[in-house]
Formats: sequence, C-alpha cells, structure tokens
Amino acid sequence: MSFAQLTLHEAGAKLRKRELSSVELTEAVFQRIADTDDKVHAYLTLARDAAMEQARGADKELKGSADHAALLGVPIALKDNFLTKGLRTTCASKILGDFMPPYDATTVDRIRSTGAVIVGKTNLDEFAMGSSAENSAFFPTSNPWNLARIPGGSSGGSAAAVAADLCIAALGTDTGGSIRQPAACCGIVGLKPTYGRVSRYGIIAFASSMDQVGPMTKNVRDSALLLEAVAGRDPADSTSADLAVPRYSAMLTGDIKGLRLGIPKEYFVSGMQREVEQAVRAAIGKLEKNGAIIEEISLPHTEYAVAVYYIVATAEASSNLARYDGMRYGHRAAAKDLIETYMISRDEGFGAEVKRRIMLGTYVLSAGYYDAYYLKAQRVRTLIRKDFDAAFKRCDVIVTPTAPTTAFKLGEKTQDPLEMYLSDIYTISINLAGLPALSVPCGFDSEAMPIGMQIIGKHFDEATILRVAHHYEQSTEWHKRKPKLEIQN
Amino acid sequence: MKLSREEVQRVAVLARLRLTPEEQSSLTEELDRILGYMDKLNQLDTTDVDLFSHTANITNTLREDQVTNRPNADALLANAPDRDGTFFKVPKIIE
Amino acid sequence: MKYESVIGLEVHAQLLTDSKIFCGCSTQFGKEPNNNTCPVCAGFPGVLPVLNKRVVEFALKAGLAAHCEIARSSILARKNYFYPDLPKGYQISQYELPVCTGGYVDVELDGKVKRVRLTRIHMEEDAGKNIHDAHGDASLVDLNRAGVPLLEIVSEPDLRATAEAGAYLKTLRAMLQYLGVCDGNMEEGSFRCDANVSVRPEGTETLGTKIEIKNLNSFRAVESALEFEIARQIETLSDGGKLVQETRLWDEHHEETRPMRSKESAHDYRYFPDPDLLPLVIDDAWIAQVRAPLPELPNARKARFVNEYGLSGYDAELLTGRKDVADYFEEAVLAHANPKALGNWIVGDLFRVLKERKLDEQLYLARWPLAALNLAQMVQMIDQGKINGKIAKTVFDAMLDSNKTPQQIVSEKNLEQLSDLGIIEAAIDQVLAANPKQIVQYRSGNEKVLGFFVGQIMKATQGKANPQKVNEILREKLKP
Repeated sequence: MSFAQLTLHEAGAKLRKRELSSVELTEAVFQRIADTDDKVHAYLTLARDAAMEQARGADKELKGSADHAALLGVPIALKDNFLTKGLRTTCASKILGDFMPPYDATTVDRIRSTGAVIVGKTNLDEFAMGSSAENSAFFPTSNPWNLARIPGGSSGGSAAAVAADLCIAALGTDTGGSIRQPAACCGIVGLKPTYGRVSRYGIIAFASSMDQVGPMTKNVRDSALLLEAVAGRDPADSTSADLAVPRYSAMLTGDIKGLRLGIPKEYFVSGMQREVEQAVRAAIGKLEKNGAIIEEISLPHTEYAVAVYYIVATAEASSNLARYDGMRYGHRAAAKDLIETYMISRDEGFGAEVKRRIMLGTYVLSAGYYDAYYLKAQRVRTLIRKDFDAAFKRCDVIVTPTAPTTAFKLGEKTQDPLEMYLSDIYTISINLAGLPALSVPCGFDSEAMPIGMQIIGKHFDEATILRVAHHYEQSTEWHKRKPKLEIQN
Repeated sequence: MKLSREEVQRVAVLARLRLTPEEQSSLTEELDRILGYMDKLNQLDTTDVDLFSHTANITNTLREDQVTNRPNADALLANAPDRDGTFFKVPKIIE
Repeated sequence: MKYESVIGLEVHAQLLTDSKIFCGCSTQFGKEPNNNTCPVCAGFPGVLPVLNKRVVEFALKAGLAAHCEIARSSILARKNYFYPDLPKGYQISQYELPVCTGGYVDVELDGKVKRVRLTRIHMEEDAGKNIHDAHGDASLVDLNRAGVPLLEIVSEPDLRATAEAGAYLKTLRAMLQYLGVCDGNMEEGSFRCDANVSVRPEGTETLGTKIEIKNLNSFRAVESALEFEIARQIETLSDGGKLVQETRLWDEHHEETRPMRSKESAHDYRYFPDPDLLPLVIDDAWIAQVRAPLPELPNARKARFVNEYGLSGYDAELLTGRKDVADYFEEAVLAHANPKALGNWIVGDLFRVLKERKLDEQLYLARWPLAALNLAQMVQMIDQGKINGKIAKTVFDAMLDSNKTPQQIVSEKNLEQLSDLGIIEAAIDQVLAANPKQIVQYRSGNEKVLGFFVGQIMKATQGKANPQKVNEILREKLKP
C-alpha cells in the first residue's frame, strides 16, 4: 500500500503526528506517477523539484508544535487552467505556447500559503470546453477504471489523478459540469461551490458568469477540508462574495433526519442509462430510510438549459478568448500582415471545439442576432433560476443523477458536438443558476464503471450538501474501491 | 438552412479565425444544426421575464483609488513573441 | 440654396484619478513604455477588473454639474474588437445603461446663451498607444495608457456653427477643470474630441448624411476641420453629388479631411454586459454625498464676478476661464478690494508673463510666478499713493520669481513715490526754470507741452514723483 493512497484527512493526520513526512508522502506520489501515469496521462506538467522543496519546507514547519493547516505538506494537483507563477500553464491549448505566468491565481496563492505541495498541472479539455478531456491539444486522459474510456471533462486530468492516487487531492473548475461529471465518471467526489464562493482571479476564463473553482477528492471530508482552504472573498475578483467561510469540515454531523430531498421529475426521463437510474434511486432510497423526506418537485425549464448554456457560455467565451491574439504572449504565426497574424495564430493555436464555440459565441452576439439569441437566452436563464427558487421552498437539497450515462469510450462521441452537449443536461442548469452542487459515488454499472449522484444546494449552502453526501458516503463502501488501471472491453 | 457559408465567413473574420474551405463547410453545417436546436427557446414566451442581471447576488464591488502596483515592464514582456526595449513589437498597424 | 450645419461633439476626458479604472496601476505615465502596466491592464490570461470608486464619483460630479439624469443602476459592457493597443480584445465601456443620460451645458457666445443638450456621459477605459517603428515593418505597443479612466461625453447635434462648437468645448472643458475631474489638455490628449457633422437646407428638419471627424488635437483643429468639412459637404451637395456616411480624419498638415483608409469603420462591436463586473447601484445617499461639495461652476462664477466685483462680462470671462486664475484673482481681491485694478493687472501683465513662459496652456498652475498676496499689496500701494502706476511695473517685474513683498522691493530700490510737496515743487521749479521756451509754448495754447514737462520732472525725480500731484502743481504754476 502506497502512501499515495491516503486521503487528505488521513495524510494530514499522519503528517501532524509525524508518522509520515511530507517528503516521504510526496515521493510516494511521484513514484506512483512514474509507475502509472503513462497509462492514465493525467498530467501535462510535473513540478517535481519545486514540490520536493515545498515538501522539505512543510516538514520543517511540521516539526514545530504550532497548529497546522490541514493541507500542510499534502501533495495537491491543479487543473492546468490555474495560473501558477513560474510553472508552465497551457490550458491544454497550443495557443499559449510556452506561456510562463508572471503571477499566481488567488486560489493557488491560498493553496501555497497552507503549505500544501503542488505536484503539477493536470490535463483538461482545451480551455475547459468539453466533457471528456479528449479536446486537449496534447493527448487524451484515460479513465483509471477502464483505460479505454474517457475520464469525463473538462477536469478529466484532475479526476483521473485523484482516482488513481496520483495526488492526494486536486482542484478543478466547473462551468457546465466540469468538476461533477468527471468526478462521477471516475468514482470520486467533485464539488462545484456557489458562484462567488471561490475566487476566479487567475483562472483562465471560459464563461465568466458560470466558472467556479472546486475540490476533487477521494471522499467528502477531504472535499470539505479543501473547500474551506480556498473559499472566501477576493478583492481582486468583483464577483466573489463577501461572506464568511464556515468550517465545513466541522459540520459533517451525519444528521439528515427530516431533511427534505427534492427529486425533480425532469431528471429521470428516457435516454438515461438504466443502471444509472437504478443506482441513484437506490441511493435516494437509502437516504429516505435514514430519515430524509422525499419531495417530488419539478424544474420545468430543464429542457431549455442546454440551449441557454451554449448561447451564453459561448458568447462570454468568444469575448474572453479574444486576448489570445499572439501580440503579447503565446503563439504568434508568421504572416504577411496584422490581420493575417491574428487569423493564422488563432487558427493554428485553437483546436476544433474551441473554434466552434468561438464561432457560435461570436454569432449569437453579432448585430441582428443579439436579441434573438443572447437576450432570449438570458431571459430563459431567469426562468431556470426561478425554477430552483421555487423548488427550494419545498426542499433543502435536490438530488439527481450527475450524468445520464457512465463514462463512454474514448473517441465515441467526438463526431457529434450537439450530442456531446446534450450529455451535460443534468449539470448545466446548476451553473446557470449559480448554485452549489457535488457529485458523490453511488455505485457501479455492470461494466464496473462508476456512477455518480448529484446533490444540489441553495446558494452558499455547501454545508448542507456536504453533510448529506457525507452521511450517504459513510453508509456505503463505494469510496473504498480502487480502480485497476486496466483496459477492459 | 439558417446559416450560409458567407455568414460563417463573416463571423470568422469578426472572430479573427482563418478557416479552411473544409472547416467552412463543416462549421456551416454544425453551427446550423446547433442554432436550429436553439430555436427551442422560441417555444417560450419571455415577454414579461426580467433579463438575468447577474449570477452573483451582489452589487457594487469597488476599490479605493490607490496606486498599489509596482512597475515591472520586464515581467510583463517576458512572454512577448517580439519586443523592442520595453515595447511590445507587433506586425505593422496600418491606420 | 442656403445650408445650415448640424454638429454634435463627442468628448473623451481622461480622469484625474491616481490609479487606473480597473487596476491599481498609476495613471502617471512612466517615461519607460509598459512601466505602468500589470497583468490586469495588459489583458493577461485569468485577470479580472475591479472598478475604481473615484471614477464613479467623477462621473457623478460631471453628471450633476451637467444636470443629467443619474442611473440608479448602470451596467458596464464589453465593446469587442481586435487591435494591438486593446489588450483584452475588448474595451470595457458602457452601452445600454450608462451612468448619466440627458443633461445640458449652457454656452455663452456673443452675449447670448445657448443650451447644448447632452445625450449621455459614461465611464470607460482608455486603450494603449501604438507607435510606428523606425524600421517600418512593425509597430510598437505601449500599454501604459491602457486602463486609464475616461468619461465619454456625447452632445446632441445641437450645435449649428463652428464658433458654437468651439465655445461648447471650452465651456465643457472649464466645467471639468472646475470639478477637478479632468485637466483638459487637448495637446497632450487628456481631452479629446471627435465631431459628427452634417448639413441640410436651411429651414428643413431632416438630418443630412452624418460624417464623423477624428484626429482633432487642438481647439484650432476642431474649428478648422469643421469649417473645411462643412464647406466640403455643401460644395458636394450643391454640385449635385452625394455624401457617403463615413469616418474622416483631419489632416493637420494639408488642412483637409480625408476618408479613413481602413474599412474597419463598419464595426460590429457585439456589446454585451461584462459578466466580470456587477451592476453599479447608485443610491440617493451617494448622490447627495457627491453633490454637496460641488464647486461653483464657471458660468455661475462669472456671473458673480460681474455682479459682485463690477467687472465687465469680457473681463469676467477671462478671469473665470480657468479655475486657478479665478481662485488667484479672488485671493488677491480678498487681500485688497480693488477688483478692477487687480483684474487688469492679471489679464494684462500677468497673462503676458504666463504666455511668454508658455505656461498659459498648462491649465492649472501649481506655482504662480507671483503670489496673489504680493500682487494685491502692490495694488494697495498704488491706491495709497505710495507708488505710481509706472513704478509699479518695475515692482511687478522685480517680484516675479522672487519671494519679496512689494514693500521690500520698493524700499530696497528706493522706489517710494515722491509725494513730498516740497520736493515736487522744487523739481517743478527746476524744470520750469530750465525750459522757458516751452513755458511760452504752453501758455500760447500748446497743451502737449505739459507732457514734456511731466516727463522732465519724472526724470528729475527718477520717476518717483506722484504724477497727480505733479500735474496739479505744474498746472498751477503754469497759470499765467
């Protein structure tokens, strides 16, 4: 058993009791990466030297008897859309070239100040646009449960790294499900906090009104620990909320008696994999048995969410990605004049999915179409938000499957973008409304692929969804299973 | 067919993306299908619905008028594809 | 057929804040390019904007002074286009819900007051600067100016003549200076103007083809460009030609407008509300807080100068054109209540000195070559008969750049006016005795000879004799 298999909570305890050093732990993680990442391809960049130095620093600090941060000395992986000063950041795109960030994202800064060890940068769909990590400009990541399958996306690298013990915990980002869906695919816990809970400063922007940073971990307690380390107001991010950060890890009381679980009928329709439905319903049944109350609710505008998302998110993205123009950083193509430099640099630098979304976003904002698409979508977004407001009058959390199917095969869905977009149906509305939600493992299908259950909470009520998830997790054994890192057909 | 090739080309220029003829064709077809799907939204009557104002349920994050940044041209130019002293050097701009 | 011109002006005013609109970089440009930039204003990956509170305050000040409607909720929007001096690939500006709408500025011209309505005032960020490389195959980009806060002030097309446009600009500039919001320096680019011009047959209502003129770098350029363009448009139409809606640049060198080469004028800016910034909510309390200490504005101050100090409209205009001049004047008047004389000294001698030293366009003097108090005391000495007007000029020149009071200078240089009647009489007697022929001339009716005598007497007394007394006694003595 490698130390790399420890959870964040376990590792932290051992480090503080000095049963284990950070150097030993970090070395174990890097050993595991050396042994298995050639199969998984979770990492784009490893920062071994810097990590060992951070580990040594952590060990020094651990020698002192002072109170230590939960993350001190613990090896963490970061999705490669987090700017890390002095550490290559690619966003899984060619357009950034050899970009070396001159500053740290606020979240990275916070991680560093806990004394955590940064292992490296994980793979993602280019510019976080995708649900499989296959849109990376470099290589796809494999699902540790079956190397022929996708790990989910866009935070596929972080999800795979956590599932395969190639880090103790990781951070990802979620714009339309990019933490939750890969967490479900890889059998781990992935939490998207309320919009504004965690700073976006230094995260390469995709859709500014929806992007959020969140923890991807081996269990729920770890998720709470990592969230409380990074949450909180950032004066550099106008959209970050000025609200105190609760000690989430101290609120995992396991108490769910009388808690009302809203079950939206629109999330249990034909087209979903039968085993997914069964597993999620069984999980709900278990919660009910343990004292929760089931409420049938309706989120009537669910079917419009994908259309709204793909109009608003691509519009924002088309504008956010305009800065990648080859003028001040990143890839610049050789061309005969300014306009050509722009066009060829961006053509050479961006992959097909990114280009598709930039085109779509530019179109829906352009003169003559703005009202019909963008404004229309923003009005329907209000309706979607109102659906949740109404639902939460009748329940405390909402429970759904995280994804309609388990992880599909690599290469299976890349032919049809629209089909790919439709697989985000369960996660997307939550980003539109800015709500917190997490995915927790709730079973496996007949091919041993993980299934995830999504728990959605009210704005800034991460504590309740963590509590419910923790209760559920502790009443099952799903989180104790480990992937075999094999190809299975 | 909602979208013409010419329209796609116009949008590509606006977005500063060079498209090969194949890309033009495939994008025209793909975007057309995606936009067709978006027509779903027209099923909804949104006449009296407020525009979604902001995801963050807050207003007015402001900062004090203070100089807090220290000059560091070199750090900013470190990734420049081309530079001249502390200028960014770019292809000639024709007014 | 007689045509009338219809002019609207769009002004971009750089704000006098310490830091940029969305980041903590200084607005004082360093000499070195890109020395006042950071990842935020340089459009690096991952950065986010945070709005400078003082920019909003300045917008409110300008809006209140111009009698605008203040939006209780306004939105910052992205204006998307590609250009090397626009690092994010979009400018953060305001579109559908600007902070101020409506409003007006009253402009005085030829004794009449014209009310020029405003369409809107909004906040936005400035772009960087492109410089053309010496080698000719590249351009150089300096982002020091990127992110400097601007107010865009758009007038309705209410102006009907070039002179009106010039007067409007001057009034607007003075207002912004008085508010401490902008220093109004057109040559240095802190106060920029684009014009929209069209012509139509006199007496008709329909607007003609609107043409935008850019690259106006001085008041003179604005007036010259408008003159040229109006004439060009009228000529074209009179010849049966058609005008094309376009953007033209003023060519200072050739003194003409010419169409912009790039066809980028047909921009699709794809405006949408910036999701990184929150709706700006302005409540009554904030407005009251900004309104309370608003300074007296140029027009009001001018009227008060006329009423309170009995100055002519012309002099009052000259003294209130710049706030620092008006402040200087009033400081002097407070020390010695002779506004007419002080006004003359300032408008005459002091302005001459400022012009010689090229300080007249500087628009706000931190240090005057002559302290207001000293000028006041000098005029007081004239009024007390301690020095005469001519000697005062010497005192004035001597006070420039020195910290000496007029009393010190008069005493040091022994310039005190001679009012001692005995000495004056003696000097007069001396001069008269030496010039008998002129006495005869005077007594036979030649008044001009008096000037000769006075000159001689002043020479004899080193210019210090009290001219009135000299005149009095001289006339007395010359009586037959």
